[in-house]
Amino acid sequence: MVATTENPLVEGLERLPVPATSLVIFGATGDLSRRKLLPALYNLAHEGALPERFNLIGVSRRDQSDEQFRSMAREAINEFSRRTPDQQVLEGLVSRMRYLGIPFNDVPGYAKLGAALEEADEETGQPLNRAYYLSTAPEFFPVITEALKDAGLHRHAHADVRAVIEKPFGTDLASARSLQEVVHSVFRERQVFRIDHYLGKETVQNVMAFRFANYMFEPVWNRNYIDQIQITAAEDIGIGSRAGYYDASGALRDLVQNHMLQLLTLVCMEPPTTFEANKVRDEKVKVLQAIEPPTPEQVAEMTVRARYTHGVVGGHEVPGYLEEEGVPQDSQTETYAALRLEVHNWRWSGVPIFLRTGKRLARKVTEIAVQLKPVPHMAFQSKGSVGVQPNQLILTVQPNEGVSLSLGAKIPGASMRIRPVNMEFLYGTSFMSQSPEAYERLILDAMRGDATLFTRNDEVDAQWSIIDPILQAWGEGRPPLAEYEAGLPGPPEADALLGAGRHWRAL
Amino acid sequence: MDEVWSERNTTPAKIEAALRRIVTEHHHSDHPFVPARVLNVVVVVDADFRGEIENRFERVGRYHPSRLVLCAVEPGRDSIDAWAGIGTDDAEPVPGHIAVARERVEIEIGQRHLSKLDTIVDPLLVSDLATMVWAPHGHDAAIDSLRRLAQIVLVDTQDEPDVDRSLARVEDLSEHAYVVDLAWLRSTPWRERVAAAFDPPHLRTALAGVSAVTVRHREDSLAAAMLFCGWLSSRLGWKPGPLARSDAGLSGHARARRQEVRIRLEPTHQNAPGLAGVTIETASGEAVSLDRAPGGLRAARRARDGSEQTWTVLGASRGEGGILGEGVRQALLRDPTYRPALGCARVLAR
Repeated sequence: MVATTENPLVEGLERLPVPATSLVIFGATGDLSRRKLLPALYNLAHEGALPERFNLIGVSRRDQSDEQFRSMAREAINEFSRRTPDQQVLEGLVSRMRYLGIPFNDVPGYAKLGAALEEADEETGQPLNRAYYLSTAPEFFPVITEALKDAGLHRHAHADVRAVIEKPFGTDLASARSLQEVVHSVFRERQVFRIDHYLGKETVQNVMAFRFANYMFEPVWNRNYIDQIQITAAEDIGIGSRAGYYDASGALRDLVQNHMLQLLTLVCMEPPTTFEANKVRDEKVKVLQAIEPPTPEQVAEMTVRARYTHGVVGGHEVPGYLEEEGVPQDSQTETYAALRLEVHNWRWSGVPIFLRTGKRLARKVTEIAVQLKPVPHMAFQSKGSVGVQPNQLILTVQPNEGVSLSLGAKIPGASMRIRPVNMEFLYGTSFMSQSPEAYERLILDAMRGDATLFTRNDEVDAQWSIIDPILQAWGEGRPPLAEYEAGLPGPPEADALLGAGRHWRAL
Repeated sequence: MDEVWSERNTTPAKIEAALRRIVTEHHHSDHPFVPARVLNVVVVVDADFRGEIENRFERVGRYHPSRLVLCAVEPGRDSIDAWAGIGTDDAEPVPGHIAVARERVEIEIGQRHLSKLDTIVDPLLVSDLATMVWAPHGHDAAIDSLRRLAQIVLVDTQDEPDVDRSLARVEDLSEHAYVVDLAWLRSTPWRERVAAAFDPPHLRTALAGVSAVTVRHREDSLAAAMLFCGWLSSRLGWKPGPLARSDAGLSGHARARRQEVRIRLEPTHQNAPGLAGVTIETASGEAVSLDRAPGGLRAARRARDGSEQTWTVLGASRGEGGILGEGVRQALLRDPTYRPALGCARVLAR
């Protein structure tokens, strides 16, 4: 039956309607926009997933015409789209793009943006929702946010206004809180969508599906059965042309503060009552708040920082970090970070959670390894047997996305010899569909107003509360910056972090 | 296909053993090779037209079934000949990545095998995977025989010239299995766009005042048009009546809560099968139209005062290869709106 509040036609549709929207990308000519955002928008258009009334306004400091911006967008989409563009769809999308070259702090310039948004409303005969995507250098986030307020563009009587903010959300706890203060002085929390693109990855979302759609793991998912958890985000590449950004950031800010702590929350959170945005985020925040920020003395014991030196990766000689173009010779920036954390709650108390990330490591892999405790009594020890190893459950985020479980199995033969074998589920073999890029999902969710896969303010605050003392201690040289040869699994100092009897999983 | 086995006058047990051997050998020789484990698809075709179906499967993109069992029916044949092969989608394996392999079996059978086809096909299916069956050239007896093995039946209600008979057959099949109808999938973008057109809260109320629906369709796609109207009827709580032939095609009425809804189905010329356009009018004089256009659908909205706006809703055509691929993908999903739509379409088709 027809109800006035529900749309009865959406039942059963995989692709739900998205409200008519004008998307404004600040930093529209930047690298992220060219490589990710514009191709993501094309792929949404290709699939018919964009709102039926959609406009894109690119804003950057560069002075150029609409046509020059469209030409740049066309080239970027042709180069970086995950599928070969259909030229008619591409032209249709590009024709809806406009460009404004205004300095981000030029409040009068924002009047032009307001006029462009109103023009789009008039063309469509209705007020379109506004989504402001801040894809600029982080120092402009407060500048743009306040300028939007000064220009009166932060709210609309008849349309939803949203702000999508790229990472990094602050560079430490104080700057994150300061930025938050500015953002909250302009927008309500429900208007703010902080991007951590890891959360848009299908395999990251599958961590929740794996835990909460399968009953068999829940009974062992606690301190009674789990010995340790290792979360790894290893890259085999160096810093490329990002020396400026990376040297100011380092591995801890670049990956641990956001992506890796998000993975940790997904592994350790309690089941939410529903998958509604705030229910999920409430549970994640509880995990972060249960991690005690380390004291300066503890930082030296529970963290390792290091940078790569000259080495060989994949058979090719590569320079050390200090030899990379644009890296200052006196740099103290870490390209490798390893941490031992603990979640102090009933479920996880006493279970060490190890995080490690680094550049120029032996291979590229992002995974969560959950190691169970050994069996209480070894009945199968015998000559020639590798023996019963503790079970390991591996959730691989990339590449070879999937889940594997190591089990002990009898080696065929007369004697009772045991060796570990793997039981594997691989995404590529069990699902036919190609996963959409994380940004496609996130842009669509932001336009729809679904914040489930975005980071809430108190999550960001809790993340920085854990990381801030480490940054401070590292800034004071505790522990000293270690080194590792490019192409190896990391610095030897990282082994000591694990404690006796534990080893890092081979990369 | 990287590995191939074939035998004349063979048996299902021998085919199954050959497949097992090929998979094991391939795994030993190439460790990153992993067989896909998503779906069995059994296709029953006329031997003379197997090439056309094979070509369609070549174009399904990434939606290949894990194991495809193609049964080619040759009139008068008594024995079974078979061919089995295994291959990967990737021309060149990528170091550090898995190569997903797919298995394919082709068996040549006679008409006499159809009523007991399940006994031939059963050993060839991967256990614990869902099985979808499809008989694009008729062969209803084969589908009936395979019912006990199949969780999903793929159909294309537009294949049958008699739409009433076609819809009745699908309704019967849907009592026992989940039906994926290619004619229904061709209308998906239209359904999505009509739902989007009425999604803004101030427009949702207009759904209660719909007074006329006109669906333009390719001549042979009447079933898709009926299913589309069936969908509107079932979602909006209309009671449809049978359509009658009129000058432009078929027309009739459905009873909504407030008023009669005039329904017109108009055949039109276009290359692609499926719908060509939709117009939905309301009693207060508003109208929404969608028509095929380059790069998407051309949308038009007429306001009560008669003013009109037009724009293009972006989206690329999936083509017929894409539709079959979508059919394979949909096999593992569930659309709760198809059966109610089918029920209403049957009334319209009477």
